[in-house]
Amino acid sequence: MSEKTVLYEKHVEYGGKIVDFAGWQMPVNYGSQMDEHHQVRNDAGMFDVSHMTVIDLNGTGVKAFLQYLLANDVAKLKQQGKALYSCMLNHDGGVIDDLIVYYMNESWYRMVVNAATRDKDMAWIDEQSAGYEVEINERPDLAMIAVQGPHAREKAIEALPVDVVEAVSELDRFFGSDCGEWFVGRTGYTGEDGFEIMLPDTEAPAFWDRLAEAGVKPCGLGARDTLRLEAGMNLYGTDMTETTSPLISGLGWTIAWEPEERNFIGRDALQKERDKGVTQKLVGLVLQDKGILRGHQKVIVENVGEGETTSGSFSPTLKQSIAFARVPKQTGDHCQVEIRGKLLNAKIVKPVFVRDGKPV
Amino acid sequence: MSEIPSELKYTKSHEWVRSEDDGNVTIGITDHAQELLGDLVFVELPEAGSEISAEDAACVVESVKAASDVYMPVSGEVVAVNDSLADAPETINDSPYDDGWLIKVKLSNPDELLDLMDADSYDAVIAEE
Repeated sequence: MSEKTVLYEKHVEYGGKIVDFAGWQMPVNYGSQMDEHHQVRNDAGMFDVSHMTVIDLNGTGVKAFLQYLLANDVAKLKQQGKALYSCMLNHDGGVIDDLIVYYMNESWYRMVVNAATRDKDMAWIDEQSAGYEVEINERPDLAMIAVQGPHAREKAIEALPVDVVEAVSELDRFFGSDCGEWFVGRTGYTGEDGFEIMLPDTEAPAFWDRLAEAGVKPCGLGARDTLRLEAGMNLYGTDMTETTSPLISGLGWTIAWEPEERNFIGRDALQKERDKGVTQKLVGLVLQDKGILRGHQKVIVENVGEGETTSGSFSPTLKQSIAFARVPKQTGDHCQVEIRGKLLNAKIVKPVFVRDGKPV
Repeated sequence: MSEIPSELKYTKSHEWVRSEDDGNVTIGITDHAQELLGDLVFVELPEAGSEISAEDAACVVESVKAASDVYMPVSGEVVAVNDSLADAPETINDSPYDDGWLIKVKLSNPDELLDLMDADSYDAVIAEE
């Protein structure tokens, strides 16, 4: 079963190298993953993210439902359009998915979840909504384009319909605004400023062309991965799964423990984990010797124990190899990674490598 | 359309071999291979002086996305390795047949050259991919 977004023909037209991603035919690059990465850090690039899942939740019980469903608290969202990054946990405290939820109004929230997890997420959300006054509507009619980079917003504004421009020119970071059927969030998965634009899928191909005319370059999934890793952003299925809690995935900060009375799915399990003492942590690695870090490489911490890399790659901005790794809690500031039988030295850092386009 | 110089020999796994005047051979990966791999960021080569056998994965080339084994087309002693690739692995992308050479080998069994493909046969192989 292979799906195509409404922008598939555009990807082919623009020279995209098409590969399978979670059952979707997507462009991994348009010639050079490295060039596309630098384009986003220095100028403006665009990604087709229409394969991701947009879900509208409506009804009088939406807020109460989401306060139960999500580990972060939607009550924090008091202004129209404000966005929240949260994990959705199972009863064991494992991560089912990570997502962004926008507060549109008292009876309407919009969630964006991953493409690869669509089926299980929808089934879970449906199941958990029993007893709540809420309607759940997936929006497969919406395409989504992420425009990212220091010049992304100004170039996107050149391409956006006039009425949408008004809605977004004053948009704050981590807020969204809707205008007719269009919805624009000042959010992203690259560490750069920019927009994630949802629009009716029939209008997406023409909008892609207008963005290209405004000087925004198409970028593929390859660059998306190196950008998000540099920016310290987790990838579901790689950095966290249903068998890892947020506490050992660098996502403890996304859990809203207060108010204490808020019972959310997974709370008890997380509390037990905290009470027992959390034994692992997710850290950043910068390889000191020559080589490339990948996922599932053994990490050796002298006098402490062993761990494993989760995501790894070459950082085009740092020109070094970087990774996230899950290691014992007491791990200090260096370790070794086993690559093809050799032990290479790595420095341990906070899992954020690039901020505002520059090495941290 | 990828480049396939007619004077070289090739393998199904996208390596090329050039016979040099001194009797040794130079080995690298083809234009088709570097295109498939994308931007190369790391190359691991055997040590000069080491022995290799045909079909050993004696080199590894890594692009941002993945690591790829390079299979030896011939057996013999590694007499030289391309040190410039340590700091500039992307040379292979820019010049797979010249500046992007990987290793030079003194053959222990010259007959192995007869098992390799010529340019036309290699062309047919990649046309089928």
